[in-house]
Amino acid sequence: MSNPADLQYTEEHEWLRVEGDSAVVGITAYAAEKLGDIVYVDLPKVGATVKAGTVVGEIESTKSVGELYAPADGTVTAVNDAVVSAPELVNSDPFGEGWLIKIDVATLPQLLNADQYTALTGE
Amino acid sequence: MSDARYSPLHDLHVQLGASFTDFAGWQMPVRYDSDLAEHHAVRERVGMFDISHMAEISVTGPQAGEFLDFAVAGKMSALALGQAKYTLLLTEAGTVIDDLIIYRLGEEHWLVVANAGNRFAALDALTARTQGFSVDVIDQSDETAMIAVQGPRARAVLESTVGLQLAPAAADRTESTLAELKYYSTLPALFLSHPVLIARTGYTGEDGFELYIDATVAAQLWTAIAEAGEAHGIVPCGLACRDTLRLEAGMPLYGHELTLDIRPAQAGLGKVVALSKEGDFVGRRASEVELAVDAPVLVGLVGEGKRAARADYELFAGDESVGVVTSGALSPTLGYPIALAYVHPAHSAVGHVIDVDVRGTRIPFTVSPLPFYRRKKD
Repeated sequence: MSNPADLQYTEEHEWLRVEGDSAVVGITAYAAEKLGDIVYVDLPKVGATVKAGTVVGEIESTKSVGELYAPADGTVTAVNDAVVSAPELVNSDPFGEGWLIKIDVATLPQLLNADQYTALTGE
Repeated sequence: MSDARYSPLHDLHVQLGASFTDFAGWQMPVRYDSDLAEHHAVRERVGMFDISHMAEISVTGPQAGEFLDFAVAGKMSALALGQAKYTLLLTEAGTVIDDLIIYRLGEEHWLVVANAGNRFAALDALTARTQGFSVDVIDQSDETAMIAVQGPRARAVLESTVGLQLAPAAADRTESTLAELKYYSTLPALFLSHPVLIARTGYTGEDGFELYIDATVAAQLWTAIAEAGEAHGIVPCGLACRDTLRLEAGMPLYGHELTLDIRPAQAGLGKVVALSKEGDFVGRRASEVELAVDAPVLVGLVGEGKRAARADYELFAGDESVGVVTSGALSPTLGYPIALAYVHPAHSAVGHVIDVDVRGTRIPFTVSPLPFYRRKKD
């Protein structure tokens, strides 16, 4: 699956759709593929303050556990309840219905564009 | 990765779009598409696995049976022609070098199948134990491929695989067809005039077969089985679902439930050590000593919710550390977390509740009987 050009990316395999001060966050198709079938998602609570680079959630597959890192400083304004009840959405539609959290971004760090991220994963 | 080893079926796996993982130095398919779908296919229909990384060691000679009785924990000389047995290769201290399946293929011919990661440990131990026996121990792993066909429709798939037929010698067996073949028995077969050993064995908890064949024709056999299996909904299956399937079936995995520090009795495998057989065998003396009263024992654990207890997570009773998880996953068939763990015997009774430290959160799990999953017999 190619990485959408309208998204920004982190080296921890998250994507962000930045709209003004707000960003929707998910994990990339590459990350979902590496994890395998995702069976459990643990997300932060709405209202939680998050700091860039810290672990704010977990994504478990049958084989392993992936950590969700906050891609920016900010406050969680929404979590995707649909992926909590149907974690397989992260595999089937990682850049769409499989989004994880929405944050109000205090400061946006330097992120990767789609080409840079694609180069990083070598795929 | 330059030293990575590849299965004779590797190119097929690449064509099928497999994701690969390192397993004991081998690049093997971890999944083709979805490990959950592969898992369910084996439980409900049929799946096929490349397990060519397994090690095959032939033991032949006039004293091959006596030799194996001395070298491993079970009585291999007692196997009938075509029969197989699960057994253990022990150290002098009675701990586990590897778990094995041994097949009797002839009057003076046995086949030892060892785990990929223990190929050389098993070979070295067997070779070292040959002293004084008229026997040849030969590593045939490089020339041998292994394909497992597992699931309720496995027999129907093999019966319709074009080019695969039982060898004439099969007619002389009491179980002379695949339908008659009992669990842990084998029949000789032919595929495109190459010998194939068909064993009714597996590592999934389902009915199924494991086929041993020359590496040179393995890809053709794989393709023939896949074609025959199409009508039955066969899917290629990777090591990820092989692990969840064997875990549900309560089967040990070397390196997790069995190690050089574990005695069989701790793993519930005390009966595999044939103390009643005549003569000495490696590990006998140590095995005759009862386990220490505080030796950890293997138990099954089940949890609620969706968070899995995974290998190496610590177990607690209150603040006291009482054991460690050796394997664990959210069971695809059962829908709740299951795990195997070594615990202090005071906490090993079925129904006992123990906390698992899941990355900093204590989650209660209940000691449960094994296996977690048992197929319905037809």
